Amino acid sequence: MEYIILIISAILVNNIVFAQTLGICPFLGVSSKISSSVGMGAAVVFVITLATLVTFLLNQYVLVPLELGFLQTIVYILVIAALVQMVEIILKKVSPSLYSALGIFLPLITTNCAVLGVALLVIQKNFNLLQSVVYGFSTAVGFGLALVIMAGIREQLELASVPRGMKGSPITLVTAGILALAFMGFANLV
Amino acid sequence: MSARINQWKNFSKGILKENPALVLMLGMCPTLAVTSSAVNGLGMGLATTFVLVLSNMLISAIKTQVPDKVRIPCFIVVIAAFVTVVDLLIKGFLPALGESLGVFIPLIVVNCIVLGRAEAFASKNGVFSSFLDGLGMGLGFTLALTVLGIIREALGAGSFFGSKFIEGDGIIVFILAPGAFIALGFLVALVRRLSGK
Repeated sequence: MEYIILIISAILVNNIVFAQTLGICPFLGVSSKISSSVGMGAAVVFVITLATLVTFLLNQYVLVPLELGFLQTIVYILVIAALVQMVEIILKKVSPSLYSALGIFLPLITTNCAVLGVALLVIQKNFNLLQSVVYGFSTAVGFGLALVIMAGIREQLELASVPRGMKGSPITLVTAGILALAFMGFANLV
Repeated sequence: MSARINQWKNFSKGILKENPALVLMLGMCPTLAVTSSAVNGLGMGLATTFVLVLSNMLISAIKTQVPDKVRIPCFIVVIAAFVTVVDLLIKGFLPALGESLGVFIPLIVVNCIVLGRAEAFASKNGVFSSFLDGLGMGLGFTLALTVLGIIREALGAGSFFGSKFIEGDGIIVFILAPGAFIALGFLVALVRRLSGK
């Protein structure tokens, strides 16, 4: 039950994009087509889950015992960068079709602040290993959900006549704001 | 004379013409997340400026030593080191600000503005030019964050830098996430209108 609440709260109530405003750059950059947003979402789910697992273990068994907590930021970003690179190499070998489908989205994930954000948040929230991984996975699913919904709206938005000054990023931001308002409706779910 | 004009351009372009947050649309996460009050926006902007200026200068100084293939990881380590410095300084001297900015201080590492300037400017230009570029971009970012913070605080809490000018609450949604998106959307539209694009 505890884990179901954790999952629902991470996906809907505290959605990483609409409630915590993390990962906005890829959210705005890759949400113009549904197909590419699904690819990006899948890649992010994979990397966040893996990164949360690795950084959690590293923090628990290396940084804390050696009292190197102040190196957290540097170590985490290096781990994430290495992990993204590794995922890229493995995917290329194991599943070339998935690799070419994800394409340029893979290297971009390093600078997705949702990845580093989740890795830092699970430490702040004092989660245990299983909670951290579940939280990381469901947060990433929430990110993918936000991306796909936004892409669906933006595909329709292209047909609408938008005032000249609001074209492009302003209307996208306002749309995201209204979506975020809608997500606030989930607030009392948990 | 022309050299001096160029240096002035290196500094001034980041403030309005290529403002990182409002024109280039970089560094959106902190722009949206921490601007619930003017003070938070200002604090975040100055912390980012500090990192930007120092990382730009150091990267420009070591640019000939760093092999081309591993330059991005090297830049990230330099940036992460300065972010750690800022994080510890803020926690030590301004604990209240550190509390309200929270996880967003370590997240300066993945702010695309910092790595973007390192790659696009500091790795190609001299130390002094890189210093001016970092300072201009940083101040432009600070300006954007502070203006957005002032707008959101005025609408959402009815106060200006913490001093209230109306009774009771404002439109609370403006200090929450949806208000951040909507306020930034209109601010970007306004900036475009004023700059005649």
